[in-house]
Amino acid sequence: MRNVLLFIRRYHTFFLFLLLQILSWWFLASFNRFHEARLLTQAQEITGAINSRYDRVEDFFQLRAENQRVHRLNDSLLNLMPKNNLLVDTQRVVREEVAGDSIRRIRRYVYRAATVIYNTVNEEKNYFQIDRGSDQGIRENMAVLNGDGSAVGVIVLVSPNFAQAMSLLHVQQRVNASLKKTGDFGTLEWDGDHPDRLLLKGIPKSVFVKLGDTILTSSYSFNFPPGKMLGKVSSLTTDKRTNFHIIEVQPAANFRNLQQVFVVENLQMNEQVQLNQDARKRIEDPKNRRP
Amino acid sequence: MTQLLRYLFRALVLVAVQVYLLNKVPHLHRLVVPSLYFVFVLWLPFSLGRPALLLIGFFLGLAVDYFSLTPGLHAAACVLIAYLRPYLISILMPRDTQEFQYPEPSVRAMQWAPYVVYLGVLTFLHHFYLTFLQWLSVGSFWSFLGKTLLGTLISLLFILTVDLLFPRQQSYRTNTA
Repeated sequence: MRNVLLFIRRYHTFFLFLLLQILSWWFLASFNRFHEARLLTQAQEITGAINSRYDRVEDFFQLRAENQRVHRLNDSLLNLMPKNNLLVDTQRVVREEVAGDSIRRIRRYVYRAATVIYNTVNEEKNYFQIDRGSDQGIRENMAVLNGDGSAVGVIVLVSPNFAQAMSLLHVQQRVNASLKKTGDFGTLEWDGDHPDRLLLKGIPKSVFVKLGDTILTSSYSFNFPPGKMLGKVSSLTTDKRTNFHIIEVQPAANFRNLQQVFVVENLQMNEQVQLNQDARKRIEDPKNRRP
Repeated sequence: MTQLLRYLFRALVLVAVQVYLLNKVPHLHRLVVPSLYFVFVLWLPFSLGRPALLLIGFFLGLAVDYFSLTPGLHAAACVLIAYLRPYLISILMPRDTQEFQYPEPSVRAMQWAPYVVYLGVLTFLHHFYLTFLQWLSVGSFWSFLGKTLLGTLISLLFILTVDLLFPRQQSYRTNTA
């Protein structure tokens, strides 16, 4: 025993080195796999406070681009105003004859405004930080849209006043996307190569795709609202080895100057995820297998 | 006390430059990734004990990690160079800690050639380990190799530029006093 203690004392620097290395690896491994970072929610309160101060200066230089995004969004919203359309006279009669309110709408998406306070595009795993957290209703897995409504990321980590989102420029990011023209759906990914080039996978060669075709978020996505702009087809290569197109997509959002964003909550997401899990369990569990 | 404040200030400036400047500006090329913050570990005084070096390296790396959301990545690389630093110094300048005439590694303390070798080796090790850990989770071998070599070169350029632009004032220590 004494010899062991002497041994440890003799090489205490080396043991400290090993200890710190293992601690770092543990931090890294648990974050990469589950986005569960040790001490990170506490640290985020500090980094967030510093980042939001820095962001006040940086935002000033992006005002013009931000203004144009807001103007575009206003333009699209103005076109949705009910006053743009004339009511057909007969409709009113029909509505009153229905016993229950059959056109009652159930709210599905809630939008919350937030400001991006830290953002990178240089890494293979890019995250950005926003100035709203769990105290303001932000939860994990909510979608984040840019000021003009194009998709930019998904929330992965929340502290009381700040939240961190995984950008579309992240090699682990998978977004359900669909072609606007045909409705065929695939997966939008990033290979970590260039911030202006996303990859759309899973579109079969039977689908006719052209350069400049619009890619939207699919209605099969649990967190993104359907029909939000993802990008445009920028290059199209045919690979004889597969039956799928190799499509490169120019993202609609400029990730280098994210400023004002919307966090979108799908109010029915828990129900959808639960249903999905239950269905899988019922079919795949050997006990429940039908004869 | 002034000494401690000076080091604290240096750490704050280096982390801020790394997090708000070098991580944010679009890089020349995706393989050319400059990093500068770890020079704090290289510029710590000769007289510092080795456990203290390791701990300072760990917390410096962790500070950068919490800003860039890569917990443990930079910390691991910093701990590695903090651990290897004393060995390298003893190879390049074989003498006792008492005999150093300047408090910390610099051109004047070590002469040009040993100093550049010292910076080069530790910068390379830092980048090698950092990109190796990133490569484990994502990326190809060529991007790993390119990032290590080009990152080392650009960082070395940055460090030498900073060294020439902001000369650290160091008092000459004599044995006669």
